[in-house]
Amino acid sequence: MTISNDTAAPQRTSVPGGKKKNSLTAGQKPGWTWIAVLAGALVVAAGITALLGGGAFSWVGWLIIAAVLYVLGMYLVTRVIENARRATDGLWQNLVWAAFLLALIPLISVIWAVVANGLPTLLETPQLLWRDMQGVTGSDDIATQTEGAPLAGGFLHGLVGTLMITLLATVISVPIGLLTSIYLVEYGRGGWFSRAIVFFVDVMTGIPSIVAGLFAFAAVQLVITTFIGDGPRQLQMVKMGLTAAIALSVLMIPVVVRSTEEMLRVVPNELREASYALGVRKWRTIFKVVLPTAMSGIASGVTLSIARVTGETAPILVTAGYIATTNWNPFDGWMTALPVYIYRQLINPTAPAAGDPSAERAWAAALVLIVIVMLLNLIARIVAKAFAPKKTGR
Amino acid sequence: MTDTATEPSRKTSLKGSRGGEAGDRVFSGLALTAGIVILLVLAFVAVFLLIESLPALWPEVFSDQDSIESADTFWQYVWPLMAGTLIASIIAILLATPVAVGIALYISHYAPRSIATPVGYVIDLLAAIPSVVFGAWGMTVLAGAMVPIYAWLNEYLGWIPLFGGTPTTTGRTLLTSGVVLAVMILPIITSLCREIFLQTPKLHEEAALALGATRWEMIKMTVFPFARAGIVSSIMLGLGRALGETMAVTLVLSPGIFSWSLIQSGRNATIPSEIALNFPEAFGMRQSELIAAGLMLFIITLAVNMVARWIVSRHKEFSGAN
Repeated sequence: MTISNDTAAPQRTSVPGGKKKNSLTAGQKPGWTWIAVLAGALVVAAGITALLGGGAFSWVGWLIIAAVLYVLGMYLVTRVIENARRATDGLWQNLVWAAFLLALIPLISVIWAVVANGLPTLLETPQLLWRDMQGVTGSDDIATQTEGAPLAGGFLHGLVGTLMITLLATVISVPIGLLTSIYLVEYGRGGWFSRAIVFFVDVMTGIPSIVAGLFAFAAVQLVITTFIGDGPRQLQMVKMGLTAAIALSVLMIPVVVRSTEEMLRVVPNELREASYALGVRKWRTIFKVVLPTAMSGIASGVTLSIARVTGETAPILVTAGYIATTNWNPFDGWMTALPVYIYRQLINPTAPAAGDPSAERAWAAALVLIVIVMLLNLIARIVAKAFAPKKTGR
Repeated sequence: MTDTATEPSRKTSLKGSRGGEAGDRVFSGLALTAGIVILLVLAFVAVFLLIESLPALWPEVFSDQDSIESADTFWQYVWPLMAGTLIASIIAILLATPVAVGIALYISHYAPRSIATPVGYVIDLLAAIPSVVFGAWGMTVLAGAMVPIYAWLNEYLGWIPLFGGTPTTTGRTLLTSGVVLAVMILPIITSLCREIFLQTPKLHEEAALALGATRWEMIKMTVFPFARAGIVSSIMLGLGRALGETMAVTLVLSPGIFSWSLIQSGRNATIPSEIALNFPEAFGMRQSELIAAGLMLFIITLAVNMVARWIVSRHKEFSGAN
């Protein structure tokens, strides 16, 4: 009891003065308590797991039971040695740690599943990256599964589709988003109209992605049937890269507006005032002073929004169709995006009787998709860090 | 912030040199137009969806058929889907909220600074993973792992209708979808809660600690009262995301008719998964039905999001006054 230990004494000051030699640590549990409780919990949990599981010993079950026992044990021990308030404090601290560890499980599991399933395929047949699915039939996949023939096909068309659709969506949404946030910060000045825009942009953030897809489809269909005609040939035209890009823009604009607005707001007013004092026009001030100052933040916000829409599946699924060949033209004909490719390969394997080759392609594509999205996120962070304006002078 | 940045109104030769008044007018006009475009887009989303779904909503008036294809009336068709969507989202919220609040507290009040920042990055990483990857993971990894749990639930808690019926052998049930959704909305709720927890006035926290409160008592007395509205609104935003999430549910769930049992395969469906599964092949009336279902989803999520934003904006005014 007299050993002073940091881990066991976070609130030394609240200990009532005891008669022990060291009054500061009196009435506290010794520092090795948690080790003892942990060891006890592990042993008891091993016993319980062995009893419950019969012959098979479940490692997962053992860990879960041990964790529960440890949290309960620490609570009881603290309650006996110290007091109920300290025990409650410790209980919640342990529960918060448990929440954190619990959230790591799915993250690690997802990343492990993608890497373990996708990486071997990608290393074995890197041709997947520069081949599309043209001419690949079920018999190819059956040959792969039964006779060990090399994996046929690939997802070049998915990469091309994702690239073209995302590029087009960026071209549509960045000017609109940028100009809107300039309006909000420089011209709106908190009037009712800019408040309305802020509110509806927030609401737009919550539009389900599939609804955005349906909107783009309905809008393009309405335009085409009104101006071109409503024969089956014209209805076929509705599904194209442009429609998907419109759908993605609906999802992308609010993200761009919010991040850009935030960046423009942190530009110091002194810069604007200095520019006005020199007699520079407002629009030139915005172009030459405000935008360059906020450029790093804007660029990183745009990159993050691109990363967000790159992974979107549902809106592209309902707007761009699904084909096996590479299509570079987003204004004519169906296009396949990488996420849609993954979904289709998993749900409708190329050979229904032999699904493994399709699943392998899907996991390899998933790995590539995750790498692209993570890279975009990384670039956004680097841009934001490296080119951030220095925060002085306020 | 920009109130002081008013423009001098007198015309001088200094301003006339490069880029005249026209430039100013054109640019402010462009900025205003962009704002209007955003409002128009949102209005168009509602209007276009409504126009395209009219044949399914009132088949007698707007189409040449007497009824829709999948059921007698549109409501008969859509209520099981709405029920499935709501149940999956509520499961996700119930599972994700305690964990998310716990992690947010961990980052803001428990973890040492050197750990808190990387943990924040890791949570953001979770948010960056595309939904189709979560779906693939849920379908292949999680569904299999859940089968023994379902068998156990059915054996010991089978008298509750939620766990009744024949338990699944594939694990592709509404409950699994709910778990996947919970993982997906976890980062959203966490990052919003973290922001709010960090805004708690430092003086309140220090006052509580100085009065002898333990850390948990300090959090209970200062952080939670301050953050209550924020937590509620972040849960609502997470709910909005869960309601609209498509691919994860589509890949995980094997859909079917409505059932109270959460552990049977081939039962229940959600609006987004119904649309994603059927829309690519749909035409005519079936397409209208699906767009009408999408309209219902749009209305539900719009309501949820507006309530959440309203709570946030009301809370902002109060905290600003304090």
